Amino acid sequence: MSENINITLKLFAQYRDGRFKVEKRVYKSGTTPQNIIDELGITKDKLPLGVLMVNSKHEKEEYILQEGDTLALFPKIGGG
Amino acid sequence: MADKIYRVNMKELSFKIEDVPNHWMGLGGRGLTSTIVAAEVDPECHPLGPNNKMVFAPGLLSGTSAANSGRNSLGAKSPLTGGIKESNVGGTIAGIMAKLGVKALIIEGIPEDNSTFYHIHVSRDNVEIVQVPELVGKDNYFVLDSMEKKYSKKVAVMTIGRPGEMKMLVSNISVRDPKGKLRSHGRGGLGAVMGSKKIKCITVDAQNYKEVSYEDSEKFKAASKIFTKALQNNPISGEGLPAFGTNVLVNIVNEAGGLPSRNFRTGNSENAEAICGETMAENIKERGGSTTHGCHSGCVIQCSQTYNDKDGNYLSSGFEYEMIWAFGANLGINDLDLIAKIDALMDDLGLDAIEMGVCLGLAVDASILKFGDGKEAYRLIKDEVAKGTPMGRILGSGTGNLGKLYGLVRVPVVKNQSIPAYEPRAIKGQGITYVTTPMGADHTAGYAVATNILNSGGFVDPLKKDGQVELSRNLQIASAAIDSTGMCIFVAFPALDDPACLPALIDMLNARFGISLTGDDVTNLGKTILKTERAFNLKAGLTSADDRIPEFMKYEALPPHNVKWDFTNEEIDEFWNF
Ligand code: SF4
Repeated sequence: MSENINITLKLFAQYRDGRFKVEKRVYKSGTTPQNIIDELGITKDKLPLGVLMVNSKHEKEEYILQEGDTLALFPKIGGG
Repeated sequence: MADKIYRVNMKELSFKIEDVPNHWMGLGGRGLTSTIVAAEVDPECHPLGPNNKMVFAPGLLSGTSAANSGRNSLGAKSPLTGGIKESNVGGTIAGIMAKLGVKALIIEGIPEDNSTFYHIHVSRDNVEIVQVPELVGKDNYFVLDSMEKKYSKKVAVMTIGRPGEMKMLVSNISVRDPKGKLRSHGRGGLGAVMGSKKIKCITVDAQNYKEVSYEDSEKFKAASKIFTKALQNNPISGEGLPAFGTNVLVNIVNEAGGLPSRNFRTGNSENAEAICGETMAENIKERGGSTTHGCHSGCVIQCSQTYNDKDGNYLSSGFEYEMIWAFGANLGINDLDLIAKIDALMDDLGLDAIEMGVCLGLAVDASILKFGDGKEAYRLIKDEVAKGTPMGRILGSGTGNLGKLYGLVRVPVVKNQSIPAYEPRAIKGQGITYVTTPMGADHTAGYAVATNILNSGGFVDPLKKDGQVELSRNLQIASAAIDSTGMCIFVAFPALDDPACLPALIDMLNARFGISLTGDDVTNLGKTILKTERAFNLKAGLTSADDRIPEFMKYEALPPHNVKWDFTNEEIDEFWNF
């Protein structure tokens, strides 16, 4: 098993402010979305996480990321 | 003074002001329009004939100081679906009608002399019906201007453009908003019903009204404060919607694989980034304009906006997700400014953005235009639809009819009404709403996207069937009740997640009218409305066989998740088991 995994990170709405829209990053295998959320400085008090998708499916923060996964993070948003 | 029913007869060109019957007293908005349509309109009548009626009713809390309470309902039999329709809208009309004491405005009959159009002006205890030959063949902003000149800048206006005059099924009824821009009773071809009655515009006097009264104004104020706070503290209604508008949905729905693209061939669009809410907000910031604008004065959410072109000149306002999706993803126009130009043109003409947009998406399959050709889409609307040429008539008849005329199979409609911006195969709860709501494919009737995609009110997996019927049923019941209060549908977000929100809403109703509704009463109201509407549809000849998704969605798998529509008829019909 390789040590590192390649992950595509996508950010949306206010999460883009001062960060980025999309980036490819390398992480250690075993990394979870929660690790990345912490790394990005997304916290409960300011714009807490709304929706988390891995490869276009809703996932939990504890999911173990796999090689080639795309992680998308959204604050709480809505419309209609 | 007690509220009254204002009844206008277009055959006699006369009016009556009637007491409100006891059993209508506790109703408003959709609850009242659907009740009156069911009681007074023959379900078998031709929607454009003399026996259809238009019923306008402000919500129960419209005209009060309650936040976001300014929505007005319009009910009639729809010429598009052949069933009952309720369509609600912001703008200034609901508040003004409520303050004038107009519980409902009912318009019946058709003039014998159909050579011209009329203007109806409603004021305290009076209705004037006058011929307006000078407005015939004009569009909405022209009508707005001439009414503002005739009355005041504040007068409430509802109007139809040329497509409405021509009784096209894509036509809507436009309503003046506080800044003199337009909102619309969008769906179901109700502009055609107004056209059939030869009514060009309706105005409501904004000079001589009284403020609405409260049975217990202290209690009302207290509840209203809690309610406003709930809207402001909620991350969606308090932050997301004001910052990005409804168009923030493009990216999330696209990411989830549920953004219908290329006439519902895929759930992703290559144009998403070019047309998304984030891009729109950046443009607004760069060019001047405003991300926040309310469609009525008491709105504290302000999801609407003013959108300018590169030179800072006004292009459009109320530039919404549905519009941007229909033209950007489904029809493939990757230029947000051009979509805004089309939006402004359609506002002026009074066209339903969803019906027209989906119809043009299907027109690509009919080889009428090319995918992504925004210039041609603009031309088709301006030079064909607006002028009523034969091609304009074809496109103006809506998606279902276009499909029939060109022998197309992939026709995205339910009850002949175009499916909006969420793929039913990939967002299955929303699909259940499309097939079961008495309105025809309508996203606001039970917004399951909230729980399928946005994690509001919990989470139900959008790709699985489990729990969707129940989710859609609960949302439809709640929406029918909310649509009766005059509240904008976006109060649903705090209502789903903040336990203080709904009780405060009910407290306001109780304080306004001196009654003692409970949560159960409100749920029962929602249930009764749905059942009344469904009963009308059954008598109109619609059956369970109309509660179905277009067949191609059952055998064509939708990328990226490669999902089909897989509900059995029994599973769908279980919806009505309440
Ligand atoms: S939130 Fe949007 S739709 Fe609702 S009342 Fe405000 S501007 Fe109108």
